[in-house]
Amino acid sequence: MSTDTPVHEGPGILVERPFPAAARDALKDAQLRRNIGKATTTIRAKRRNAVAEMPDWEALRDAGYAIKRDALRRLDENLLKLDASVTAAGGTVHWARDGAEANRIVGDILAGHGAEEVLKIKSLTTDETGLNGALEARGIDAIETDLAEVIVQKGGDRSSHILVPAIHRNRAEIRAIFKRELPDTDDLTDDPKALTAAARRYLREKFMTVPCAVSGANFAVAETGSVAIFESEGNGRMCLTLPRVLITVMGIEKVVPRWDDMAAFLQLLPRSSTAERMNPYNSVWSGTRAGEGPEEFHLVLLDNGRTAVLADEAARDTLNCIRCSACLNICPVYERTGGRAYGSTYPGPIGAILTPQLDPSAEAATLPFASSLCGACYEVCPVKIDIPRILVHLRSKANAAKGTTGEALAMAAMARVFGSERLYALAQRAVAVGQRPFVRDGQIRALPGPLAGWTAMRDLAPVPKQSFRGWWAERKR
Amino acid sequence: MSAARDAILGRIRAALGDAPAEAPVPRSFRRAGTADRAALIAGFAEKASAYRVRVELCGAAEVAATAARLLGERGHVRLAVPAGLPAGFAPEGFDLVPDEGLDRATLSAVDGVITACACAIAQTGTIVLDHGAGQGRRALTLLPDYHLCIVEAGRIVDLVPEAVARMEPAVKAGRPLTFISGPSATSDIELSRVEGVHGPRTLDVIVVRDA
Ligand code: SF4
Repeated sequence: MSTDTPVHEGPGILVERPFPAAARDALKDAQLRRNIGKATTTIRAKRRNAVAEMPDWEALRDAGYAIKRDALRRLDENLLKLDASVTAAGGTVHWARDGAEANRIVGDILAGHGAEEVLKIKSLTTDETGLNGALEARGIDAIETDLAEVIVQKGGDRSSHILVPAIHRNRAEIRAIFKRELPDTDDLTDDPKALTAAARRYLREKFMTVPCAVSGANFAVAETGSVAIFESEGNGRMCLTLPRVLITVMGIEKVVPRWDDMAAFLQLLPRSSTAERMNPYNSVWSGTRAGEGPEEFHLVLLDNGRTAVLADEAARDTLNCIRCSACLNICPVYERTGGRAYGSTYPGPIGAILTPQLDPSAEAATLPFASSLCGACYEVCPVKIDIPRILVHLRSKANAAKGTTGEALAMAAMARVFGSERLYALAQRAVAVGQRPFVRDGQIRALPGPLAGWTAMRDLAPVPKQSFRGWWAERKR
Repeated sequence: MSAARDAILGRIRAALGDAPAEAPVPRSFRRAGTADRAALIAGFAEKASAYRVRVELCGAAEVAATAARLLGERGHVRLAVPAGLPAGFAPEGFDLVPDEGLDRATLSAVDGVITACACAIAQTGTIVLDHGAGQGRRALTLLPDYHLCIVEAGRIVDLVPEAVARMEPAVKAGRPLTFISGPSATSDIELSRVEGVHGPRTLDVIVVRDA
């Protein structure tokens, strides 16, 4: 690491409570579990179909993985190229070491234009930096324009899913929020069409009049200076084309070297994310252009702990993430607790590895333990992030930070075991034998000693007497 | 140069140290399809219809008449049109408003907009605009509530990578792109799909078989 240690001032990543405590409360909320359960099951099935249609899906995943690995390996070069190409296209590039610096840059630009309001496209990155709060402190009102974000923002609430942030709210609750917060809603029914129309009316007025907008970015292309945003509703297109000033805040890991790289991501992202062949709108733009879109374009490149992730070779792949949310939808832990229990911008399996790396608090360090290591997240990940392996790595790191405990030793051993196929097979057999005394009615309800924490929150399905590998090897014979 | 920039670049270089270069990127996914024109048209029509797009087929000589019929059925009269829309694409008997810097209020108030496209993708039912001649600036296909897009069959490619390759010169020339797959949609409320949150609520497409 360089002597200039990354600073984490971002008020958005804020894990206030250890995950087990937050999860315990979430588990008591039956409505939340129903909503999340329904959502994840629906998206999961749809995704399976969208992926099954693609005979070259695995080749696409391999390409996606390799493009990101290579882009990160040459990150300095790519960022410099991007800086130059965006500048040549008439944009202005800013660099931000941490969330506070990014917020300051955005705030200064807006203040320079005398802005009192700013339109926003849903963006995890600005959520991570806590931009809305920082702007509010300067008297600038951030107006979310994604329907779900409107619901979350007007409900004074926190997002529960990367893709469908208001998935924990049902139509009756949304109607109540809109009636309270939006103009002309006296006769509003709880029909999703009517609710959407009410939001459309309210936002159309904002799009037509507010002169500044802030967005995130899905990708940026170093060679062309292009920034890309994938979306559904068209609120993105509104914010990207109508305001006079556009500010895009982007994590430094989002840069890819070449336009051609988009051939892979334009296929991987929609099918993994909304489980569609293509999402309704993708916008690509480079700098500014006379008579077309904003007159002023700013790109803010944000580190905020990403370089620390880059430095940890065992966890570096975390930066491959294209924020599709496929791993959330497949995760049995997420399905039961919902996103808010993770206490951070990034929930689910990706949150369990990304959050503790961006937020060094002890509370965040509990997140890698929120997983059953079932491996489903790795299988669905379009950029092949081996989340279980990184979870185990971060667990052993967290435990090492706590000092040498029995659990720390167990996790360190586990990290080694996960890293070796032979050891893994041996361990499976050892556990199948060693667990016998603890199995009651086919479930492990309590483990002894240092492993008790593991079963306090969950029943554990025992490791079957025969491992999958064993069964497979036998079957093949 | 900016201190933040130097600091971040320094952190990156320190983080990567002398890590070895990555292996070359395998690009063994499909780069081009094999479908013939009839299959491309059928594929595009099927995939676009899945987004509740209405797709009409016609010959080059019938474009204006087909457009007129569609607009008549929809009850639309006043349509914005971009500069460079091929003459044969303009239906007769309608109030066509050329976009010579129309203001937002006017754009929002017209019944709809008629445009061509840069290319279309059979695999996904997507139309791609590079906002060149016949397509207009980005706001033109965004603010009106109805979009009629005329797709010449020769512009339909099979796979996404073909569209990416075909758009490369436009991107390198600094043009913006808009990929459109069906009308604006949201599933934010209990996952039930609602069309037309902010963009056009309705998208019709005419595919010109022999163009
Ligand atoms: S970790 Fe993979 S599956 Fe999860 S959000 Fe990121 S890209 Fe998607």
